[in-house]
Amino acid sequence: MARIVGVDLPKNKRGVIGLTYIYGIGKSTAQEILKKAKVDEDTKVKDWTDEQIASLRSVINEQYTLEGELRSMVQMNIKRLMDIASYRGIRHRTGLPVRGQKTQNNARTRKGKRKTVANKKKATK
Amino acid sequence: MSRSLKKGPFIDYKLERKVLKINESTKKQVIKTWARASMISPDFVGHTIAVHNGNKFIPVYVTENMVGHKLGEFAPTRQFRGHGGKQR
Repeated sequence: MARIVGVDLPKNKRGVIGLTYIYGIGKSTAQEILKKAKVDEDTKVKDWTDEQIASLRSVINEQYTLEGELRSMVQMNIKRLMDIASYRGIRHRTGLPVRGQKTQNNARTRKGKRKTVANKKKATK
Repeated sequence: MSRSLKKGPFIDYKLERKVLKINESTKKQVIKTWARASMISPDFVGHTIAVHNGNKFIPVYVTENMVGHKLGEFAPTRQFRGHGGKQR
């Protein structure tokens, strides 16, 4: 069982895909790591030898911030924006899109489930 | 697209001149400015800069964390008063 930075990798997947189960590693980073550790991309995770796992570990530990550390780094960056009360920080606080997207409709990822306003009055004159 | 590195950061020339002048005389003074697009340079730290938001000047106390941001980010131009509610 290959266990790297506290994450179990799926046994029956190719090395490149297996590594992407770690937070902070996408496909291109996975390719980079495998190249540096001199492991073939197509080798299944279960077929890695102990030396290969060791070299993967050393490459990852030396050059990448991943998992918990990366998560806390992201949170710190957001917190900094909120603390200095910049526009982006305020958008994070109010839970609205940060990068200038429209909010008249959509933007549901940031705004969450629709909150229907009950008894909306018709325009009367 | 991000700004070309060749040009360096945009810092409003007149604003920078005023800040440096105050730095020399070592007395505190609020500077009014319309230069929302100006980057905050390390020289600005500790000053209060009144940034125009299209209506009035918002005083912004510059701290170290703000260096590299632009002045306009700290003076919001829109005010959200909330939706609906009782008939006004």
